[in-house]
Amino acid sequence: MEALAKIVAKAAEAAVDPADAKNTAAAGSAGYAYGLATLGPGLGIGFLVGKSVEAMARQPEAAGMVRTTMFLGIAFTEALALIGFVVFILLKFA
Amino acid sequence: MIALEFPPINAILRWKELFGSFNKISLIAIAAMLIGMTIFLLASKQDHRTAPRGVRNLAESTVDFIENGVVMQTMGRDGLGWTPFLLSLFLFIYLCNVPGIIPFLQMPATARMALPAALALMVWFVYNGAGIKHQGFGGYMKSVLFPPGVPKALYILITPIEFISAIIVRPFSLAVRLFANMLAGHILLVTFALLSEALFQAKDKILIPFGILPFFMLVFLTGFEVLVAFLQAYIFVILTAVYIGGAVHPEH
Repeated sequence: MEALAKIVAKAAEAAVDPADAKNTAAAGSAGYAYGLATLGPGLGIGFLVGKSVEAMARQPEAAGMVRTTMFLGIAFTEALALIGFVVFILLKFA
Repeated sequence: MIALEFPPINAILRWKELFGSFNKISLIAIAAMLIGMTIFLLASKQDHRTAPRGVRNLAESTVDFIENGVVMQTMGRDGLGWTPFLLSLFLFIYLCNVPGIIPFLQMPATARMALPAALALMVWFVYNGAGIKHQGFGGYMKSVLFPPGVPKALYILITPIEFISAIIVRPFSLAVRLFANMLAGHILLVTFALLSEALFQAKDKILIPFGILPFFMLVFLTGFEVLVAFLQAYIFVILTAVYIGGAVHPEH
């Protein structure tokens, strides 16, 4: 985290105007915000889908039910990554 | 080397107003509504005793999809009365998502926050209303805030968490999920389209053949967006069904 703060601070130092510095720092941290937000949901969705495929292979007659539950789980897990994406958009453009 | 500049966010998400504050997104939303209505009105004109064909076939397969793929999986038989609501929700969201990949339209109407937020607010009123109607206000609040089978002392912790997750976070995440997915897809398509355009028109002649790479990516992502448009409409509807099912028939 310290390295991250250093990079952002260095980017902000390069710009002279305070408003410009704020924009630069926001643009610099936007990428990190999204990058960090993908880590957990990426692992989570991978694990979730893997387990669902395993369940479907073991019991093909329950595939429909497993698929519905899988999509529900994906929807909840993915929400975190998407909030990260919204933060990215807000930092970058707003 | 190449003149590549990402346009301001308003240039890719907002067009010039046609009249008043009526823009392309309102146009797409209204078209989605009219197309959905037309399909079902035309289908209802056909003789229901003969085998379905044409438009009616399409309409019946969507009804079948909602009944067997959404309602039966989440609410069971006694939730079938909710089919019309969920079906119109699904069709509207799907028809708003699909213009994201139709050439010359290239804008999902749900990539602006207004539409998902309004839909999520409507779903919030519907599932809370359904819960209050079936269990009474006190009963509904009790089943939401005080889930049974929890030690008494834990309610200090559980009740605020349940209140936040069931009343506040649900509509928010419902809206943000649809909005952010469609916006992310749209921005991805814009990025690759810009990149391939910049490479195709590069001053260095040697760069021009490389333009084919982002172009292939663009084609591939357009195919992927076909899937996303359907999946997001499906997820929105299935979550709505789960929320309504949970409000009407609480766990005991």
